Amino acid sequence: MSALAARTNALVVRANTLTRGRAALIPAIIAIVFALVFPLLIDDTGKLIGVTTRGLALVVMALGLNIVVGYAGLLDLGYVAFYAFGSYAVGWFGSSFFSKLNIHVLSAGSVSSQPGLHLNFLLILVAIVAICALVGVLIGLPTLRLRGDYIAIVTLGFGEIIRVFAVNGDSLKFFGQSITAGNLGITPIDPVKLPLVAPFSALNLNLTPWYYTGLALVFLALFINVRVRDSRLGRAWIAVREDEVAAASMGVPLVKTKLQAYATGGAFGGVAGVFLGAFLGTITASQFEFSFSIFILAMIILGGLGSVWGVVVGSLALTYINYYLIPGTFRTLPSVFGLNFDLTDLSFGIFGFLLVLMMLLRPEGLIPERRRKIELTEGVGTDETVYEVQA
Amino acid sequence: MEAHTEAAPGAPAPASRARTGRETAEAVRDFLSKWGLIAVLLALPVAYGIVDLTGPQHNLVRLGNNLVNGVSNGAIWALIAVGYTLVYGIVELINFAHGDLFMIGSFSSAAIWGTLGVTLATGALGIVFGLLVTLVAVMIICGLLNVCIERVAYRPLRNAPKLAPLITAVGFSFILQNVGLLWRGGSPGSVDDLIHAQQNLFTVFGVQVQRSDVLAVAVTIPLVIAMTAFISRSRLGKAMRATAQDPEASRLMGINVDSTISLTFLIGGMLAGAAGLVYALYQTTVWFFQGFQGGLIAFTAAVMGGIGNIRGAVLGGFIIGIIQAISDNRIAGGTWTAAVVFGYLIIVMVFRPQGLLGEETREAG
Repeated sequence: MSALAARTNALVVRANTLTRGRAALIPAIIAIVFALVFPLLIDDTGKLIGVTTRGLALVVMALGLNIVVGYAGLLDLGYVAFYAFGSYAVGWFGSSFFSKLNIHVLSAGSVSSQPGLHLNFLLILVAIVAICALVGVLIGLPTLRLRGDYIAIVTLGFGEIIRVFAVNGDSLKFFGQSITAGNLGITPIDPVKLPLVAPFSALNLNLTPWYYTGLALVFLALFINVRVRDSRLGRAWIAVREDEVAAASMGVPLVKTKLQAYATGGAFGGVAGVFLGAFLGTITASQFEFSFSIFILAMIILGGLGSVWGVVVGSLALTYINYYLIPGTFRTLPSVFGLNFDLTDLSFGIFGFLLVLMMLLRPEGLIPERRRKIELTEGVGTDETVYEVQA
Repeated sequence: MEAHTEAAPGAPAPASRARTGRETAEAVRDFLSKWGLIAVLLALPVAYGIVDLTGPQHNLVRLGNNLVNGVSNGAIWALIAVGYTLVYGIVELINFAHGDLFMIGSFSSAAIWGTLGVTLATGALGIVFGLLVTLVAVMIICGLLNVCIERVAYRPLRNAPKLAPLITAVGFSFILQNVGLLWRGGSPGSVDDLIHAQQNLFTVFGVQVQRSDVLAVAVTIPLVIAMTAFISRSRLGKAMRATAQDPEASRLMGINVDSTISLTFLIGGMLAGAAGLVYALYQTTVWFFQGFQGGLIAFTAAVMGGIGNIRGAVLGGFIIGIIQAISDNRIAGGTWTAAVVFGYLIIVMVFRPQGLLGEETREAG
């Protein structure tokens, strides 16, 4: 009898997991289809598609930070460093910035007569993955021995140091060549040349090619994020997050695992930085403020630390709030109440408020990670069924 | 067991020798990291001292001026750093909002002495009296504000993972920054130079000591002494130390842990408010971003001295102040100061995370 009961129980559990998986699949498919047809529904030169495209890049960035903070539990407050490296990579390797060089590799035809270093967009993407993984390891190394909150400060320090280099880089010369253009900005950036598509640049009025490039990056990032999370490495990250000592005694190599989290997360940030740099068409030092790191952090906390879909929702929501609603729709709101200030001044106060509110009221985020949700609602039910089936 | 030890009488000896060996290695490493760090900290003043001596002026006047500026600057950072270190010692939280509290202190100071009617035209006695009233008022305001922040943002999360209160602290830092932004606008604004900060008070061996330098030290030293005395002598101070060591045991001993933590935040906030007033009088310009930069510099000072350690925070404040003054004066017009300070922060974190005087936290024992 008990064997039969156990078998039915196991079947029920299996059916439950199947439907649960499918229930998650349907909204995902709807979202993907909607994302694919989205540019057909709106004005492809308008503000909405511009904001959405920027949002796609920020989704990639947030997914990267999610690996470091959400999976591995290492609070990185200097994530803007990877954005800076990505953007400067596209400025260095895809513009006329190094005017003494004259190198062209598979670049768009329109820049073939210009001096400088002009690499193909895809080559820059590949290069930045390597560069940012290395930078991630370099930033991660000093933090390995430190406690959680010290990690936050050291990464913050690195982020600020890199910002200072970005601001003062125009006076820092090697062989007569400055390393950044400071607050003036590196501009223009080469048009993006992809196979089968006409080259497009930041000056394009039609933003559809930008949108689909960003969407492709998001799909790639999502795929990697989900696959890595469910891999041996992802489980190691989560184990380190939950209990470092227990993870180490179970044979998880702490140093290697943490550095891999920094490297992977950094690579995502770099890729998004390359895309944003090319999309915005100018790379100025003022883009790399500390507040940007907090902006991305607010995204993953709003969505749910460690939850892939939560992060996507959180980052799109904050992008629309910051770049669409606050400067546009809600801008006249203070004057409606008879107040005299610019709502855009308030944006970071709003994010700060959001951080506090989320932590106090719903620390698991809008769409909590499944693992945490199961732990909260169903207890340790899965373990019990395993024992019953064996009995 | 007994039979085993009897059978092998030599066994404990190598074990103890190995232990002393390890202890010696530990002591050597500790010695190296401490003195290595001190050497790194001294590198900047010593290097520029040699440059000055061998340079055209053949004296140390410029370095002396840097040191005086550094000490007075450092006095302000010390006041803020003590707030960081007190809070970290008792709740193990980096109170990110602390720097912005200091900014609010500066802003309120200007507003308070404006309300009191203290202007440049007021007589000397009036200014001194007005500033004393301002000091008391701003300390109360910032202390209470800090208590409120703790009540709203940190207390509900006391049993949450450590990441949670850190994130609300960052959130409150942004909220306070935005308050500052709305209050006085986005660019640095000047306040009345009530004490004629740049006026030379006296000169020692060619080194100028200005009124602002004297003010910063004259406010900081008594406040820090009073606070240290309070913590080491009074009953409430004893409760604070007990709670920092073990909150659970303190609760069992009849200490009200919640109100003790509130008291710690009150004291930290009061010192930040005082620092805000001194900063406003010293620099005569205030802006909403001073808190972020000042907070990070002060936190670096707290870590450098050993977090949780009050004497360490004061020492760290003076060291960071000197580094900052030298960098401001010598390295490309001060544009690299932030990077220099954070560079030192990272060096300290990597080579001596427990700081110069040793940290006093629960984890450190």
